[in-house]
Amino acid sequence: MLTLSEIKSVKGEAGNFQVEVLRHPRYVDEQKCIACNACAEKCPKKIVDHYNMGLAKRKSIYVEYAQAVPLKYRIDPASCIYLTKGKCGACKKLCPTGAVDFDQQPQLQTYDVGALILSPGFKPFDPTDFDSYQYAKLPNVVTSMEFERLLSASGPTMGHITRPSDGKDPKKIAWFQCVGSRDVNKCDNFYCSSVCCMYAVKEAVIAKEHAGDDLDCAVFYMDIRTHGKDFERYYDAARDKHGVRFLRSRVHSITEISDTGDMEVRYVTEDGELKVEIFDMIVLSIGLESSEQQLALAQKLDLKLTDGKFCQTGTFAPVETSRKGIYVCGAFQGPKDIPQAVVDSSAAAAAASEILSPSRNCLTKAKPVIPQTDVRGERPRVGVFVCSCGINIAGVVDVKAVTEYAAGLPYVEYTTNNLFACSQDTQDALTQIIKEKNLNRIVVAACTPKTHEPLFQETLTNAGLNKYLFEMANIRNQDSWVHKNNPELATEKAKDLVRMAVSKISLGDALEEAELNINQTAMIVGGGIAGMSAARSLAAQGYQTHIIEKADQLGGQARNLYQTLAGEDVQAKLDEMIAAVEAEANIQVHLNTQIANVEGFVGNFKSTLSANGKENVLEHGVVLMATGASPHQPTEYAYGKDPRILTALELDRKLIADDPMIKEAQTAVFIQCVGSREPDRPYCSRVCCTHAVDNALHLKKTNPDMNVFVLYRDIRTYGEKEMAYKKAREAGVLFVRFSLDNKPQVTVQDGKVTVTVIDHVLGRPLELETDLLTLATAIIPNKDEKLAQFFKVPMNADGFFVERHAKLGPSEFATDGAFLCGLAHYPKPIDESIAQGKAAAARAVTLLAREKIFTSGNVAQTDPMNCSRCGVCVSICPYSAPSFIAQDARMNPGKAEINPVLCKGCGLCVASCRSGAIHLKGFDNDQIFAQIFSLDEVIGQ
Amino acid sequence: MANNVIGAAMVVGGGIAGMQSALDLADSGYYVYLVEQGPSIGGVMSQLDKTFPTNDCAM
Repeated sequence: MLTLSEIKSVKGEAGNFQVEVLRHPRYVDEQKCIACNACAEKCPKKIVDHYNMGLAKRKSIYVEYAQAVPLKYRIDPASCIYLTKGKCGACKKLCPTGAVDFDQQPQLQTYDVGALILSPGFKPFDPTDFDSYQYAKLPNVVTSMEFERLLSASGPTMGHITRPSDGKDPKKIAWFQCVGSRDVNKCDNFYCSSVCCMYAVKEAVIAKEHAGDDLDCAVFYMDIRTHGKDFERYYDAARDKHGVRFLRSRVHSITEISDTGDMEVRYVTEDGELKVEIFDMIVLSIGLESSEQQLALAQKLDLKLTDGKFCQTGTFAPVETSRKGIYVCGAFQGPKDIPQAVVDSSAAAAAASEILSPSRNCLTKAKPVIPQTDVRGERPRVGVFVCSCGINIAGVVDVKAVTEYAAGLPYVEYTTNNLFACSQDTQDALTQIIKEKNLNRIVVAACTPKTHEPLFQETLTNAGLNKYLFEMANIRNQDSWVHKNNPELATEKAKDLVRMAVSKISLGDALEEAELNINQTAMIVGGGIAGMSAARSLAAQGYQTHIIEKADQLGGQARNLYQTLAGEDVQAKLDEMIAAVEAEANIQVHLNTQIANVEGFVGNFKSTLSANGKENVLEHGVVLMATGASPHQPTEYAYGKDPRILTALELDRKLIADDPMIKEAQTAVFIQCVGSREPDRPYCSRVCCTHAVDNALHLKKTNPDMNVFVLYRDIRTYGEKEMAYKKAREAGVLFVRFSLDNKPQVTVQDGKVTVTVIDHVLGRPLELETDLLTLATAIIPNKDEKLAQFFKVPMNADGFFVERHAKLGPSEFATDGAFLCGLAHYPKPIDESIAQGKAAAARAVTLLAREKIFTSGNVAQTDPMNCSRCGVCVSICPYSAPSFIAQDARMNPGKAEINPVLCKGCGLCVASCRSGAIHLKGFDNDQIFAQIFSLDEVIGQ
Repeated sequence: MANNVIGAAMVVGGGIAGMQSALDLADSGYYVYLVEQGPSIGGVMSQLDKTFPTNDCAM
């Protein structure tokens, strides 16, 4: 990790680059700094805190935030008194470890790498020059980033929303959308920033949660763009459940009401009525743009940019820059939200890995295996380490008293107090002490095991102790943080927590982790764009890949598409892609094939493939779900009653076939949201707006005299797709908005197709006789319950697969060894499907590359003597880990056994076993009871 | 394309995208240099309060 560093130059070619990196000094030795905060406490220089968007002050020596990685202080050379004037040096005098080093110099270093991935992010738009919104002048006009800090519990107001001018609780807050986006008058950003609608909705909802329902939240917008997975539901809930007001109006300017800090907002409603409202606070939903440094980097690396000044990529190569071997992801590739950034970054990793794979594992270091000490039969010798966490714990809890108390507990052989138990020097000391004192159980009383248990367990492993001989007592999150007004009781509680931990771990055993070989073959279900993209990436990275396709050809829904937004011929590109798949030696395609059965688990799946009545078993280590989706078959808008009424894909097929009907049409009408954003299908199909706008533009180009109408609810041409919307309007395509409760009417009479819609400007019905009516039908997932059951992967209410994490795990399942991509995850255009195909491949490779995995030691185990074969565990387990031993087995026939590889240690079976025959290793009954009984000592007092 | 491919990659930018790329590459058997201009990684996401649609803490 090279922090405070910038790229100076890149020489060489793909596979072998020499990168010059300038490393700026931190003025603090990272090896020595223990982040105790003593330096910042005494630093006399206060400056603006950029992390808190200027809403707070910080010192010249600082860490950005409490969870910063690396958690090492840094001196800001521009403001430090010593570095600017040669005086002070208070931090150097005070630092207990001598970490401050004013003599550090910038260093220029060259690194040899095979590939580069650019993820420099974005710059939030600066609205200072937007004089009509008076951001620079009025303190109560804040940006959305500032508002995030005001909402945050770690922010300047600790999550209490107050007005910057007077600290008053606001009663009315307005959000102004599209500040620095979709605007070529006040700035040059024609594009939609893609994320602002959703974050504004979120901020309004959270603000109401913080301040109560009395808070009035109003969002002023042009189009609400909630096109992501589960976003439309969130928007519906914000409006209908939380009472956030949404006003379709672009506010021109605001006026300050003198001395009150309030602002008067004048706006025109949809009916054309002028309204005036007073707000206490205004949040500007600022967009995303590339920073000067990013543009300089692009120039240095000789990369092509888009019109919106983002890094240029192609529809069929969404993470490749114009220079081979250099890839891009995140907002620099185009404005996008977190899940899409995470998809693209895994895709970029896959793309880099495709060229680096000949040198896989050449430069990585394998960890040495340290032999484990056998502690079986030994009397427990417990070491207790009490952490001060700087002042986080020690500021409330008397850590000395807790340490002394711990020394008197049964089996405790050693106790100490550390400033930061998690610091590297403490880890080294811990390793030493374990060996010197011959400790065989360790308790750390510090923060939460959720974040820090793996770190301490690694230290135990390094000291030759089994990592399960470890217990954490959370005396920070569950004690000092919540009882900070009651230090004495907090100290007593810390003692109780430590005593409980000691009593539990004294009964703990060393646990074994099952070792599992990973079969190096991948199986992909679905041979559409996403599936093929994943297959090509896996094959290029050296893995045998099988594509299972139920149809008689590859291609999926892309078979129906005419051209991309950039004008590429989809059919030609698709044929190239299919040819490449068929030519690849590592890929085997199974057409007309279904999956009949699946056995096994991560690393060792056995799938039965059924084709033409014949069955074959395929053994594979991972599975990628790329099962796609289908177009909704409409029952409204007179679909099926006239050949001139088409779905969007049917129009594309006619365009592919060059049907004369298209050229001869004098009028064309598009109706959007057919089956999407409806009560029984409350999601946006994401691609239809762009698709319709693109086709409308194409029709207008083919025949400039054609009357083209797009009837829509919100136009959702997110990102740089906005350019197509702009061009379509300029070309004379007419956009007419309708609402869900006032949908257009279509009649077929006397050979005429007529569409009637209420015009939103005139407020009067508009009758359009049309030669072509295109319905933008919803994208519906191929709900394959059987397949989902085979791999134990969940589906949501709409039938899309549910990913591991909406933000951080979009291309994989919670079930180990199963990954997902393409339309089966959520509707998306070609470039995003290709990216997610690659992303799923990258995630699968992280598993395949390990070749062996170790499962957790905290798993359930049955005691066959007590098992009554009732089968409750078998039916209750969400992971199918328990099963019955075969009736004809020699040992324990018919009894339940648990596969440690599938077990997640959730404890459901343990709690439900009526015979008490199941034990959860590491959380056995005697350990839990010991904890409870040792707590009972206090209760009894 | 070079003949002697180096089994290392450099990721420029330590926000959510850069971190994910770096982790995926490291877990796939490559040495990774993660270059960040600021003093710590995390990027803009570390400044956010909660994330939709689950309202999870961004930190």
